[in-house]
Amino acid sequence: MITDHLSVLIIAVGLLGAFFTPIIGLIRKEMCSLWASFIILLQFLISIFLLYQVIIAGNISYWLGGWEPPWGIEYAVDLLNAFVLVIVAGICFSVSIYGRKSLGFEVPDKELPLYTLYILLTTGMLGIVVTGDIFNLYVFLEIGSLAAYALIAMGGRHSLTASFNYMIMGTVSASFILLGIGYLYVMTGTLNMADISALLPSLYGRPVILVAIALLVVGLSIKTALFPLHTWLPDAYTHAPSAVSAVLSGTFTKVGIYALIRVMFTVISPSYVIETVPVMSILSWVAAIGILAGSLLAIAQYDIKRMLAYSSVSQIGYIFLGIGMANKLAMTGGILHILSHSLMKVGLFMVAGAIIYRTGIRNIYQLKGMGKKMPYTMAAFVIGALSMIGIPPTIGFASKFYLAWGALGAGEWVFVVVILLSSLLTAVYFWRIFENAFFGVHEDIKKDEAPISMLLPILAFAVITVLLGLLASLPIGIIEQWVTGVLP
Amino acid sequence: MKAISVTEPVVETRSVTGSIICRTSASIMVPFILLWGLYVLIHGALGPGGGFQAGVILAAGFILHTAAFGLKETKKILPVKLVMVMASTGPLIYVGMGILAIIFGGNFLEYGALPLGHSPAEASKYGIEIVEVGIGLTVMAIMVSIFYDIALRKKVE
Repeated sequence: MITDHLSVLIIAVGLLGAFFTPIIGLIRKEMCSLWASFIILLQFLISIFLLYQVIIAGNISYWLGGWEPPWGIEYAVDLLNAFVLVIVAGICFSVSIYGRKSLGFEVPDKELPLYTLYILLTTGMLGIVVTGDIFNLYVFLEIGSLAAYALIAMGGRHSLTASFNYMIMGTVSASFILLGIGYLYVMTGTLNMADISALLPSLYGRPVILVAIALLVVGLSIKTALFPLHTWLPDAYTHAPSAVSAVLSGTFTKVGIYALIRVMFTVISPSYVIETVPVMSILSWVAAIGILAGSLLAIAQYDIKRMLAYSSVSQIGYIFLGIGMANKLAMTGGILHILSHSLMKVGLFMVAGAIIYRTGIRNIYQLKGMGKKMPYTMAAFVIGALSMIGIPPTIGFASKFYLAWGALGAGEWVFVVVILLSSLLTAVYFWRIFENAFFGVHEDIKKDEAPISMLLPILAFAVITVLLGLLASLPIGIIEQWVTGVLP
Repeated sequence: MKAISVTEPVVETRSVTGSIICRTSASIMVPFILLWGLYVLIHGALGPGGGFQAGVILAAGFILHTAAFGLKETKKILPVKLVMVMASTGPLIYVGMGILAIIFGGNFLEYGALPLGHSPAEASKYGIEIVEVGIGLTVMAIMVSIFYDIALRKKVE
């Protein structure tokens, strides 16, 4: 049955689609973006079906080439995989629809490489999530990263420097990850995640394992832009084409976080990284500093995309905070924040892109009257921003609530204060936009809304942000089930 | 990035050809280099060699051709668009083999399930051979397209 092969087809479809794009582009250039949307829609549908299968029938294990797991490559899908797959594919699909106009405007006449790379980026990210083989994870990380460097570099003059900086940082991080994987392989003689985690406990006294963990944590922290290692992120997101910034902020850093969770809690056992070596509590303190630093830096920005980029640094801190506290509630909040931050930040970046598309304005203080000029777009922006601050009934409230609840349960009062303080700081930097866009304009401004193909995804994200906030028990149920199975 | 964007209209640089010695020796060597490339490609599964090495050897043949006869002549044999199609055909062959294996009832990339040869082992051999051809095509096309891009680059002031 074809349904047995879905976990590999999600990758195969992407690869086929990506390499078919240049051929289609040679025949008809305009077809490229439609083709990309179609391929990613297929991947999205497969990911939904995978989630359904996992919920109904339990974990999926697929053997590539028919080779049994410790020897061959295994694709292993459990609840966390499937959950992240749906987020990644869904966001890539909506942004590909949005990108038809936005990318056509910001990156004219480059459809062929653009959409090939876009599908490759999507496939790389899905591959990281779907695989059960730690080296395969590294390979997909590189596929995704290389596509991301090239996509960022398409944004114009400044983006070349930004992309180059990102490439240097990304390559350093990839080397760390590869070394970490290498050490694990040397010690255990296997690359299969489940097999490593079965063999590791007898080796926990060895310093090599500590080095491997250190390398993996630092490497993945650079990829996810955890606070002191975030320096590549603001430039990259500011100068990349808007649709690309949206995808990268919404999914690429999240996939890195997924990889960290997978390595720390599935490959290496939770008890080791929580009790024996305090990796998780170190991460949570770094994250707490990052949350505040990111918010403060965001207040200092006047470029709207740069502000959103720094806000990403702060929000990634929340996710790390939840994972770092490593109790059931906080962890649920952290993983839920992967979903909520993806939804809000992609929506906000798309709004920024729509404003740039219509007016070319990037400076926050020039947004005067934007509320009258683009009412629906700005309404979506307000919903995204409210979710970012954490006001009910949005999904941002649900995840922050769980984080704060988990911090209270663990008796970490400092983290509760950090969460509340950062929410206030978030309100400060979004208020500057509200004030400029909605207040103090009396003259009549003609309505000039974004085109429908851009407006629809923006509005869809705003609606989903609220809807999932009301139905937060759906994702929370999935996450809690996974967390209960992992944490002791 | 540049490697893929070869279709963009670029300024044609003046056609540089080699000396008579270069041209004569190239016209003898190029066919043999290409033949050797094909040999390495076909023997990849059993002997030393394979798609990557073969691709580079084939590309070297075309690059020598450019050095001797100029870019214009090479582009007549290997137009930019053809290079691009070849570059994307390789991965398509690879993934296509994987999906074919699914269609014939195996897992992804399980060559043993393909109806080639008499036994699963033989089918694996031919399956890998076909994949090697795909790899060779792509490596050759990408090498040539990188070379084209460098050769066609506008002068940097």
